[in-house]
Amino acid sequence: MSTQYKNHPSGAKAFNKNPERVSWHDKALWFVREKRDKATHGIPEWEELREIASQIKAHTLSHLDKYLLQFEEQAKANGIHVHWAKDAKEHNEIVLSILQKHNVKNVVKSKSMLTEECGLNPHLNKYDIDVVDTDLGERIVQLAKEHPSHIVLPAIHKKKEEVGELFHEHLNTEKGATDPTYLTRAAREHLRDKFLKADAAITGVNFAVAESGGFVVCTNEGNVDMGANLAPVHIACMGIEKVIPKVEHLGIFLRLLARSATGQAITTYSSHFHKPKDGKEMHIVLVDNGRSEQLGRDDFRKSLNCIRCGACMNTCPIYRRSGGHSYTYTIPGPIGSILSPGKDLKKHSSLPFASTLCGSCSDVCPVKIDIHTQLYKWRQIIMEETNYDPAKKMSMKMAGKAMGNPKLFKMITKVGNTFLKGPRVLIYNPLNTWGLKRELPVPTQTFDDWYKKNNS
Amino acid sequence: MEIGLFIPCYINQFYPEVAKATLKLLQKYGNVTYPLSQTCCGQPMANSGCEKDGVEALKVFYDNFKDFDYVVGPSASCVLHVREHGAHLYPIMEPMIDKVFDLTEFIYDVMKEKELQAEFPHKVAIHKSCHGLRGMRLGQCSERVTCDVSKQDVLVKQVSGVTLIQPKRADECCGFGGTFSVSEPDISVRMGTDRLKDYIESGAEYITSGDMSCLMHLDGIIQREKLPIKVIHLAEILAAEVKSTTTDKEKAYVNAV
Repeated sequence: MSTQYKNHPSGAKAFNKNPERVSWHDKALWFVREKRDKATHGIPEWEELREIASQIKAHTLSHLDKYLLQFEEQAKANGIHVHWAKDAKEHNEIVLSILQKHNVKNVVKSKSMLTEECGLNPHLNKYDIDVVDTDLGERIVQLAKEHPSHIVLPAIHKKKEEVGELFHEHLNTEKGATDPTYLTRAAREHLRDKFLKADAAITGVNFAVAESGGFVVCTNEGNVDMGANLAPVHIACMGIEKVIPKVEHLGIFLRLLARSATGQAITTYSSHFHKPKDGKEMHIVLVDNGRSEQLGRDDFRKSLNCIRCGACMNTCPIYRRSGGHSYTYTIPGPIGSILSPGKDLKKHSSLPFASTLCGSCSDVCPVKIDIHTQLYKWRQIIMEETNYDPAKKMSMKMAGKAMGNPKLFKMITKVGNTFLKGPRVLIYNPLNTWGLKRELPVPTQTFDDWYKKNNS
Repeated sequence: MEIGLFIPCYINQFYPEVAKATLKLLQKYGNVTYPLSQTCCGQPMANSGCEKDGVEALKVFYDNFKDFDYVVGPSASCVLHVREHGAHLYPIMEPMIDKVFDLTEFIYDVMKEKELQAEFPHKVAIHKSCHGLRGMRLGQCSERVTCDVSKQDVLVKQVSGVTLIQPKRADECCGFGGTFSVSEPDISVRMGTDRLKDYIESGAEYITSGDMSCLMHLDGIIQREKLPIKVIHLAEILAAEVKSTTTDKEKAYVNAV
């Protein structure tokens, strides 16, 4: 499995040991961000769409119980089995029990960050069920025994040379092959075989529609359709925040999702599922796993607007330069940094600080989540409720006191000023992280002193 | 009009020229006073997750500035902190929040300046500081499909001799981020280095900004790496003395050619 870093700075440091890789990663994601810009600037009403989407989400979240029950009722009427899971454990047990009931040994799964969040694969493996991730990027990270580093582009951290090596080892492609078309064809052939042999298909859900009881899954590879249409059992797993009230709302969300995620006008496949085919079974697992708790947090409720487009990752200057694996949570980047503290405040305490609060994430977000404001708010909670960075806590307390006392403050800054005029070896000591790769400003006559001389 | 001059603590300590330029600019519009017992806005505490530790600083800010018609400072970041968090951290200051302005906003929106008398014959790239750009909407953000006026561009264009340079990435963060710069030094420096490369490659001689903190971080890298570019605060450009003796008539002729 990929290395689990104890906090973001250590993951970021590791990633930055290879500056060329950082450049490459930054450019690859910036390319996607620019594609997104081009696509959105072609829609004059883009900001209006964002606003409507945000309002639909706000409305839905404040009536979530009603829409979930309506969805369940409609889905059941369509002949879909509906299950409720309060947490990851229940979700995994439900999926396992369905699979065991059908004696399933081979599962094809299409990209679902929810099953990643719940740790479904290792759970099923324990019961001798083989799960193959069929999204190309997901398959790459699965073969490499890693986790996705991005929610839309799970293998964005892998270079084509590394993919070539991996495929040579697992899929018998030619040694040293790096041609993406060649490698993709090999993967397709390998996956075709898995699709044909599968006893069940597991998919994620992008949007579940309350009024119709149907759901939509968006992919560019058609792997959802291959899996769900071939296998006798289809299990769709969704977080409870994925429900929207009406079919017509899809017109808003599908336009926003594809453009924000990859700069496409629409994903290649927007597959609508309404009921099982004759002789087949369809299941939906509705998963809470901390979502209703987040719904109860006024300051952070809006994070449940997320439609998992990944635009905040592509735009984040920190994510682009630290890689998805530097984050301690399944969902990396800015959105992961506001979702994760609610799950485990201590474990993920470094994530809300992995930001300059530049606000690009909030402006790029198609459903207007105030991401950087939430990062700021999580910081306050972390410093108050955990023992994160006690040195910072102490120094802020002292600095705050000094700033409340002008005389003391002026005295301290004078001392600091004198220190900075002192010997370089003292100033640029190893504890001075500013000075590792940067010069400090050179002290001079303060404005205070100049003003006193010239204006009093 | 009584204007209170708010000078962020680090500008007072390290960049007195920025404060002098701000004072000079504001004196055109009213009677400017610099209260000597001001300290800091408390933003470092707040962004570090210790906003309550910054309340004392806000009290001092309030005591110093409450009686002015306007409070103006050459830092979007510090002003934004006062505006966004002042009222909830120190409720008594709520009525004064709307009087606190960043220098660009004050000159552009309040004074509606059309004719700055300044000269700066150089190639200049404007570093759109995030708090100014996305926090205060001082300009068009590259993420949004809007038609916002880039106020700093408009003001800089009033300065004679300036050639505005556009970098490839219009508004990417420099990586300063307050305590982020020391808690995540690897990423912070890398972000700054990347911005500098973009500005240098675009042919700028100077990087200017409404926020000296971004420039302090960028200059730290410039000085260490001895890079061929300089930083200068926007106030210094807007207040730069007219040196050339070219008459208006000649200027018009040059422009026409």
